[in-house]
Amino acid sequence: MPRGHFGEGGCSVIPFASSLLDCVSCSTEDKHLGPADYGSSVPRWCPGCGDHSVLTAVQRLLADENLPPERTVFVSGIGCSSRLPHYLKTYGFHGIHGRALPIATGVKLHRPDLNVFAVMGDGDCCSIGAGHWIHAIRYNMDITVLLLDNCIYALTKDQTSPTTPQGYASNTQPKGSWLPPLNPLTVTLGVTNASFVAQTAEWVPSHLFETLKAARAHRGFSFVRILQRCPVFTPDIFQKAVRDPGQIELLVHDDGIPTAGLENLYKNRQAHDPRDLHGARRLAEFDGKFRLGLFFKDASAPRYEETRHLPVHTAQERMDLLDREFDRYAV
Amino acid sequence: MTDTTTKPARTSASAVAAANPRIIEAREHTVEIVSDSGEGAQKCGQIFGAVSAKMGNGVWTVEIIPAEIQPPARSVAGASGNRIRIGSGPVTNWGDEAHLVVAFNEQVVLGRHRLEALADDCVILIEDMWASHPDEAVRAAWTAAIEELSSKPYRVIRVPMEERCLTLVENARKGKNMFVLGMLSCIYGRDLQRVKDQIAHQFRKKSQELYEQNVGLMELGHAWAAENLDFRVNVPGMADTGEMVVMNGNEAIGMGCVASGMDLCSMYPITPATSVSHYLSEVFEKFGGMVHQAEDEIAAIGVAIGASYAGKTAFTVTSGPGLALKTEFIGLAIMAEIPLVIVNVQRGGPSTGLPTKVEQGDLLSALYAQPGDAPRVVIAPATIEECFHVVVTARRIAEAFRTPVIILTDANLATGVQPFARPKLDVRWHASPPDQSPVSAGKGPFEWDTRTGLSERFIPGQAGGMHTLTGLSHDEKSRVAYDAATHQRGCAMRSRKLAVLQQTLKTPEIHGDAAGDLLVVGWGSTKGAIEEAVDRARAEGLSVSSVHLRFLSPMEPGLGEMFRRFKKVFTVEINYSDDPSDPFITDENRRRGQLSWMLRAQTLVDVDCWTRVFGEPLRPGQILQAIHDRCPGATSGKGGAL
Repeated sequence: MPRGHFGEGGCSVIPFASSLLDCVSCSTEDKHLGPADYGSSVPRWCPGCGDHSVLTAVQRLLADENLPPERTVFVSGIGCSSRLPHYLKTYGFHGIHGRALPIATGVKLHRPDLNVFAVMGDGDCCSIGAGHWIHAIRYNMDITVLLLDNCIYALTKDQTSPTTPQGYASNTQPKGSWLPPLNPLTVTLGVTNASFVAQTAEWVPSHLFETLKAARAHRGFSFVRILQRCPVFTPDIFQKAVRDPGQIELLVHDDGIPTAGLENLYKNRQAHDPRDLHGARRLAEFDGKFRLGLFFKDASAPRYEETRHLPVHTAQERMDLLDREFDRYAV
Repeated sequence: MTDTTTKPARTSASAVAAANPRIIEAREHTVEIVSDSGEGAQKCGQIFGAVSAKMGNGVWTVEIIPAEIQPPARSVAGASGNRIRIGSGPVTNWGDEAHLVVAFNEQVVLGRHRLEALADDCVILIEDMWASHPDEAVRAAWTAAIEELSSKPYRVIRVPMEERCLTLVENARKGKNMFVLGMLSCIYGRDLQRVKDQIAHQFRKKSQELYEQNVGLMELGHAWAAENLDFRVNVPGMADTGEMVVMNGNEAIGMGCVASGMDLCSMYPITPATSVSHYLSEVFEKFGGMVHQAEDEIAAIGVAIGASYAGKTAFTVTSGPGLALKTEFIGLAIMAEIPLVIVNVQRGGPSTGLPTKVEQGDLLSALYAQPGDAPRVVIAPATIEECFHVVVTARRIAEAFRTPVIILTDANLATGVQPFARPKLDVRWHASPPDQSPVSAGKGPFEWDTRTGLSERFIPGQAGGMHTLTGLSHDEKSRVAYDAATHQRGCAMRSRKLAVLQQTLKTPEIHGDAAGDLLVVGWGSTKGAIEEAVDRARAEGLSVSSVHLRFLSPMEPGLGEMFRRFKKVFTVEINYSDDPSDPFITDENRRRGQLSWMLRAQTLVDVDCWTRVFGEPLRPGQILQAIHDRCPGATSGKGGAL
C-alpha cells in the first residue's frame, strides 16, 4: 500500500480524525488512476518551459504511487512554478511569495496522514523565503520539496535571482549579476538535520522521475533541486549542458537515484555514497559540472512531527480537564 | 512632608501608639510594592492580591515593569513591582494614586513619585539601610531623594527590613519580599492562615524548607508592623462573592483557547504577548493541543494558516510589530477565506515602541493594514473575564464566516490580575470535528450564497473536494480569474459576510442614561477606568454616560442613533491624537484617536477624543478631568496629570 494511507506514520497524533476518515469511503482508493487523471486545467506556462516537464513527472509519480488525490496536498508560493498546484487534481494551496514552507509545515504538523509536497522557485525558496527554507530543513518534516530553479525571476519578467550566474544580465542588473550565485545544495547540506538532498534536471525526464520517486519514498524533508530552463529569460544557462551530456555527471550508488537507461548518454559517472555528508558537500560545490543524483540521505534524522506526541481527548474530556485547571486559579 | 525621618523606635510613646493603632476605614485602598528587578516584589504583590481576593475584596493587580530584565540597581526607571488596588466592591481598574507604597530603595519610589503615581497623603514604608550605607554616593542619593520626596506631604516611615531579615536569613535579598508581605498582612488585617496557604501555593515547586523560611520572614514582618506602626487599614470584603477565579488576561486568553477547542498555538516570542504561550506551553499538551514556536512571526501565522486549511483550529498570538509582519498572510487568509484567530496583545508603538507598556494603537492597522479591500472581524475584550470568553466567540465566528478574527487586547489586560466569576464550561464551545464527508461532483469551494457571502469549506481528505486555494482573484471553483466581474463579485461576497455578522450583533448597553449632555465611548481595557470616572461625574450631578464597544469590525449597530441623543460625544483611548491647542493644529488637520476617526466616518457625528500615550493604564481621575473639560456646568474637580 502506498505511503500516506491511514494506518501508517503519524496517525497516532490524530487517531480521531484518522478513524473518521477511515469510515468514509474514499472514492479513488480502489481504482488505479493514470497520470492524466491527476491533471486539471491546461497549464499556462510558455512553450518550452521546464515547468511542463516537472508537471508531467509529478503526474506520473502520483499515478505510479497511486496517491489518493484527496489526501495529497501541493503547497506553493508565488512565481511561474508555483502555479503548478492549479494544474493538478489534488488539493492545492497557492500561497504567497516565499511562504510555501510555513503553510506546508502547518498542514503536515496536524495532518501527518496527508501527502504533502511543496513547490517553489529559486526566488521563492532561496531569496524571500530563505529563512523558512533553513528552518524547514531543520524541522525535517515529511514533506517532498521541489525547488524549480531557472536562475531567474520570470513571472515578474527577468530580474536577477540568488541563483543567477555571476555576470548574467537581467533587467535589474543589466551589467550582469554582481555576485557569485548562492548554491542551494551546499546551503541545504550545511543545515543541521538535513536528511535528503538531490539534484536533477527537467530535460532528463527519467532521472527527474526517479529522483522525485526517491524523494517521495524518504521519510523526512526531501529537498530536490530541479535545474530548469526558462525559454524566455534564461534559455542559455543550461542549454550547453542539454546539448553536451559531457557537462553532466551522474552520482551513482545502490542507494542513490537509479540511472538505468541513461548509461549511453551520460558517461560521466561518480560513485558517491549518500551517507557521506562530507563527500556530498564537496561534490555539491559547482566546478563546471552539473551533478545529478542523490547527494545525501539520512533516514535516522529526527522529524519534528514525530517529536510532538499529543494525547487525544473528546471535547467533554477536555472540558473536564479544563475545569480542574480552573481549580488552580480558584479564589 | 511630615515625619521625614520617622524611624519607629521602641520608645514608650511609639509603643503606646502602636498598641492602639489608628484604624483607617476605607472603601478602597491602593498599595504599591516597588523594588529593583529580581527582589521579589511581584511575588509579594501577587500573594497579597490573591489573599485579598479570597477575603472577599475586589482586587485589581497590575505589574509595574521596567523594559529591561535587569535594569541598573537602585535606578529611577528601574522600578519593578506591583500595584494592588483592593476594594469593598468589585475593582475594575488600577485606580488613580497609591495610598501606601512599600519601597525596597529610595530610587524606585522616586520614580513613582515623578510619575505622579502617589497620593499626597501617601504612606511610604521604605527600607532604611541606604541611609547608613558605607558608600558615600549611596548615602548622598538617599538624602537627595528624601529631599525631593519632601515636596509632597507624604508620610515616610523608615523600616529596617534588611536588618530584621538578617536575623533569620543570611541573604536578605531573597526574602525581604516575604517580610513586606507580613507587614502588609498586619496593616490590612489579612488572615494569616490564608497568607500561609498562598505562600505554599506560590512556592509549590520549591522545598518545604524554603516555605518555612518564607513563613518565618512573613511573620517577622507582621510582628514588626504590629509593634511599630500606628495605623491599620480596614477595607471590608464582600460577604459572598460566589465561586471566583483569579488570573491575568494572558492566562485567561490561554484558557479561552483551550475552552474553544483550539488545536494549535503557533507563535513567535514577543512582549507582552509571550506569556500566553508560556501558559499554554505548560498545559496545552495535556489537552492534546500544541504550541509551535516558529522561526519568525511570518512563519508563525503561516503554520497556523496551514493547520487551519487542513481542518484544525489554530491561532497565533503576537503584539504590534508581529502583527505588522503578519500583514500579508492575514490578507491571504481573508482572500482564501481561511478561518483563523489572531490575538494581538497591544503595546506602545510605532516600531519597537514601548515593549512592556500599554497602548491601544493598533486598531487601525488591525483593520486596514492589508492591500485592497480586506474585510475581517476585529473584537476587543474589555475585562480579564472577557479575555477568556472572547476566544470562544472568535473561534466560532472565524469558522462560521470563514474569516480571520483579530482579538485586540493590551498590556494592561495581559498583566492585570482580577478575580471573576468562575466560568461554567460548556462543551458546545468546542469546535466540531471537521466534516470529512465526500463532496458531490462539480461543487466548488467558494459557491457563495449571494445573499450572505457564506460558502462551504472543503478540507484535504474530503473526496471530491479537490481544489487549489489561491490569494489571486478567483471564481467559485477557486480558479484564477482576472476578469472584472469576478473580482467585483469576490470582493462583494467577502464584504457581505461582515454585514451579515453585523446584523446578528446587539446595540451595546449604555452605562448611565440613554440621553444627556455627554457620552464617553471606549474600547478594550479602559472600560473599568471610564465607568468609574463616569460614576464619579454622575455622582457630582453631571449628565454623563458611557458606552464600550467590543466589536470594532463590523461595528455594533445603532451607534449613530445613540450618539445623536447626546449633546457631545468623545472617545477615551490610549493612542496618540493631536491636542487641539497645539501649534498648527486645526480642526481640519487634527489627527484624532483611532476609534474616534472610525466613528466619525461611520456615524457622521462630530466625535471628539481624549487620548494619552503615557505607557500606563488610564486613571479614572484623568478621565474625570477630561469629562469636566467637556461637560457644560462642571466645576473643575480634582483630576490626574494630563
